[in-house]
Amino acid sequence: MKVGVFICHCGENIGRTVDCPKVAEAAGKLPGVVHSVDYKYMCSDPGQNLIKQAIKEKELDAVVVGSCSPHMHEKTFRKAVEGAGINPFLCEIANIREHCSWVHENKDEGTDKSIDLIRYAVEKVKRNEPLTTIRVPITKRAMVIGGGISGIQASLDIANAGYEVVLVEKEPSIGGHMSQLSETFPTLDCSQCILTPRMVEVYQHPKIKLMSFSEVEKVEGFIGNFKVTVRKKARFVDDEKCTGCGDCIQNCPIKKKALSEFDENLTTRTAIYVPFPQAVPNIPVIDSEICTYFKNGKCSMCVKVCGRGAIDFEQKDKLIEEEVGAIIVATGFKLYSIEKKPEDSPIKGYGEYGYGKYKDVIDGLQFERIASASGPTEGEFLRPSDNTVPKKIVFIQCVGSRDEAKGFSYCSKICCMYTAKHAMLYKHKVHDGEAYVFYMDIRAGGKMYEEFVRRAIEEDDVKYIRGRVSKIYEENGKYMVKGEDTIAGVPVTIDADMVVLATAMIPQPESKKLAQTIGIPYDSYGFFNEVHPKLRPVESSTGGVFLAGACQSPRDIPESVSMASAAASKALVLFGSDFLEREPIVAKVNENICAGCFYCKKVCPYNAIEIKEIPSKNGKPVRVVAYVNEGLCQGCGTCNATCPSKSVELTGYTDAQIFAEISAI
Amino acid sequence: MQTEKKTVNQFEPKVIAFVCNWCTYTGADLAGTSRIKYQPNVKLIKLPCTGRIDPVFIIKAFEKGADGVLVSGCHPGDCHYNAGNYHARRRWIMFRKMLETMGIDSNRLHFSWVSASEGKKFTEVVNDLINKVRAAGPFKSYEKINKEYVIND
Repeated sequence: MKVGVFICHCGENIGRTVDCPKVAEAAGKLPGVVHSVDYKYMCSDPGQNLIKQAIKEKELDAVVVGSCSPHMHEKTFRKAVEGAGINPFLCEIANIREHCSWVHENKDEGTDKSIDLIRYAVEKVKRNEPLTTIRVPITKRAMVIGGGISGIQASLDIANAGYEVVLVEKEPSIGGHMSQLSETFPTLDCSQCILTPRMVEVYQHPKIKLMSFSEVEKVEGFIGNFKVTVRKKARFVDDEKCTGCGDCIQNCPIKKKALSEFDENLTTRTAIYVPFPQAVPNIPVIDSEICTYFKNGKCSMCVKVCGRGAIDFEQKDKLIEEEVGAIIVATGFKLYSIEKKPEDSPIKGYGEYGYGKYKDVIDGLQFERIASASGPTEGEFLRPSDNTVPKKIVFIQCVGSRDEAKGFSYCSKICCMYTAKHAMLYKHKVHDGEAYVFYMDIRAGGKMYEEFVRRAIEEDDVKYIRGRVSKIYEENGKYMVKGEDTIAGVPVTIDADMVVLATAMIPQPESKKLAQTIGIPYDSYGFFNEVHPKLRPVESSTGGVFLAGACQSPRDIPESVSMASAAASKALVLFGSDFLEREPIVAKVNENICAGCFYCKKVCPYNAIEIKEIPSKNGKPVRVVAYVNEGLCQGCGTCNATCPSKSVELTGYTDAQIFAEISAI
Repeated sequence: MQTEKKTVNQFEPKVIAFVCNWCTYTGADLAGTSRIKYQPNVKLIKLPCTGRIDPVFIIKAFEKGADGVLVSGCHPGDCHYNAGNYHARRRWIMFRKMLETMGIDSNRLHFSWVSASEGKKFTEVVNDLINKVRAAGPFKSYEKINKEYVIND
């Protein structure tokens, strides 16, 4: 085999600490190398032409390029050699920039190491086989996990482009946290008024299959070809028969046993319920934990009143398989509740704020429900304990956020804005009321955000106090909020009627489990990781899985919506072609020596190993061997290392190739 | 950089690192782009995943003259192929015992997790191992066995 070696100076990047001509000269003496040159910029057009020309003139069979990391220009050089008629997989890169010139200062050492690295690559390339790129068909259908505003936006974008979408939501209704909000900053438009039309659009869209009250159970496959198993939880109501009339809900005798999740525990709900009147789909769910029928079989009031016969106590969870080509994860957030410390939470707790102990110490989402026209007080500001109008409210920001000692180090980002909004909404309705905000810094970066906060302070007379609160206690029917004004340098105590805590945004409790099911990385808090924080912010490192909204980090509505549209467009880019080309790095079985032990099958993470029967001449099966499904194999090579008889090999990384590299030491 | 000025005839160890493409190789790239200096005695062999690393590779490396071997891949839970690093870890636990039985000093081998964002950690792991191996001296035992018992290489 005739090998050509091409050493790149990368301007001064390699040339400064590696004597490139010397490397090229030494490489020329390696066994099998018939041509070796160096050039200033090998990736440039003239550089690539140098390679192409040499291939033709010297009749090279394989090429080694000593240059930057293969992650940078492997594709470039493979394409160049392909252009000159060599199989692209007969080109190897020796990384003499990132792994050599940039990390070593001594020129002699750098030169010696570069020669070593070239030698490794030459030995390997001599054993490379020509390979053909694998083309895999793409299922042009997407799954969106999470039906909050992000999931809704992503679903609508993909569906409007003409592709089918399966939208999976774990709650009985889509809408997410946005449906709970009163009004939205900085425009103060009603949250439900802008959201519910979108929810209805999703429901009515012919291209969207909505699976509410469902959860993703298993994800198999890979980009372009995922097989997702979804658990459709039993609602005990037949969604095809139910018309959403609500007779069952009105007649349910169990009225006070469960707190309303939608109203953030401020009200109660019946055993058969829809989370809120505008729910989509408007189909009730029976809470089997509190329903009398499930306890002792004695009540079946809902069955009696349902004119459609839609109640079905025998309904079971259903597992449904969906085939999709892309997955958008938009599972959103939860507000950290300082009442109950979540298990394995790094939070040390804020017991001194009395949440859970004092009825009128509430969190941001509860305040949203109180402020909302659809909430328990129909938008009137009444405090939970005695339904009176609070005349003095204290808002405390950064409860759990930006607090390494007791909470999380990150900033929850939306609290500065929603606290300003809360205080404003309150002042708009209770004119003689007083609103105080304890803050650390005001972070109001966003279009019209800073102006909004200024308006709260200047026009609505919200009093901002820079400092932390150390304690809240009850005295003469008032909540005494003890804190510090760090600007005036004095301790302050405010006798409040109600306290609102802006608690931290945290990932959904099951986010880590979901991440492991799908195979996407997450950070130490449980937020999902993007591939690159700046340049690839909506892609997870698993191909075909995209991220949208607050599941990735705290986000407000405009950001979540932009991310959702970005994720949708990434999925659409994928759907733009009929085939996905991928590297032919897959395992291959030598059927002659395979003993059929199937250890490989046990260790394969992709279920890519199948059992193949080898028939005798008369067609009767005589033995079984392993067979690799190329479409499923992702090329990790675990089977290769596991196989006791070495009869399965990973193309591109065969034992022979690696031994050759090792032997070149 | 932790190298002292070289004296003539000072033993310079050869270390082979078997690394996965997605985490450690990229971590080493990051060390490069961040210009974090480390000793040049290490050469990386890129594999798709630590799951691909056959213990035979490590023995082969020692046989061919390596004085130390590094195996490094993605952190548990972060494997690009879901579970390859777990297989690598299991093999490692078994293999370590075997090495001890064979009389190979386990200080010559290091198994670590280096993610794509841990360029600094990569250089620390590499420098540590090189220093250890330099202190342990050249690896001769395999060569000796080779000479004594093996007729054909």
